[in-house]
Amino acid sequence: MSRQATRLDAKKVNSELLTLTYGSLVSQMLRDFENIDDVNKQLERIGYNMGMRLIEDFLSRTSSPRCLEMRDTADKVQQAFRMYLNVQPTISNWSAAGDEYSLIFDNNPLTEFVELPPDMTNLRYCGILCGCIRGALEMVQLEVQCWFVQDQLKGDNNTEIRIKFIRRLEDAIPAGED
Amino acid sequence: MSEDQIFEYFHSEIVNYLYNEKTGNDLSALEYIGYASGYRLIERLTREWPRFKDELDTMKFICTDFWSVIYKKHIDNLRTNHQGVYVLQDNAFPFLTKISDGSEKLEHAPKYVAFTCGLIRGSLANLGINSTVTAEVQTMPSCKFHIQVNRT
Repeated sequence: MSRQATRLDAKKVNSELLTLTYGSLVSQMLRDFENIDDVNKQLERIGYNMGMRLIEDFLSRTSSPRCLEMRDTADKVQQAFRMYLNVQPTISNWSAAGDEYSLIFDNNPLTEFVELPPDMTNLRYCGILCGCIRGALEMVQLEVQCWFVQDQLKGDNNTEIRIKFIRRLEDAIPAGED
Repeated sequence: MSEDQIFEYFHSEIVNYLYNEKTGNDLSALEYIGYASGYRLIERLTREWPRFKDELDTMKFICTDFWSVIYKKHIDNLRTNHQGVYVLQDNAFPFLTKISDGSEKLEHAPKYVAFTCGLIRGSLANLGINSTVTAEVQTMPSCKFHIQVNRT
């Protein structure tokens, strides 16, 4: 009967499963590729593919209207992190032109239980997050650049992702209608 | 809710990555990822649990608590011959429910169940049961996991 009292906490298990599976994937990739840059590229690509699909889920759950400026977008990105990873990054360090900002994470669910060996300092362990943001925003016609400024895994205090607006993607003209 | 979505997309990207890159029809890497995750996960999940009574008790745990936190449902049927063979049947296995249930997509089923085979094998391994896990999909989206306990 004592077992009934210690039922598993579904939320916690889910995020741990995600973390651990992600770790298994990264270590598999490190085995597959000799070059760490290739691993970074793959992680980013996987994130990109996920982002493209996640945006649809996000839009259907939140029914949010079109964002008119980067500040709205930043709020939505923050909201998405809360929804999907249960973390609340802070938005800060806006550039004067308002086209660049940072997401700051106190803790990052993907890096729980993770320590980087010293010879892997150029591995972007959480590169998948950048890919996700890029993929998702591309589906709402925003081209952005996304990179890590700080990373707790590399000894920084916080994890900081920088997002820079590049341009608005215009709808392409369908082939044969020029 | 939305966390499930993340895991589902993530899983299908893993499948995508491991299945296209130079591996051909080799599912072992996919299974191994499941194994490694299951092995570590179970260590955290059962840390404060009383020891399982026996093998069957462990299997019941996999079918109920374990399955329901990961896949949000129980295993529909557990059968055993009491000699080390267990068959876990899920009538609507979550990774398969989004795929057309016609037989024309049946060839794609193995890659979507390989991770879970590994997950079960890894979990059991860390609970002291050395096993071989295979899956059988006859009609989508129902799936049978065969667990063969290896005794030495």
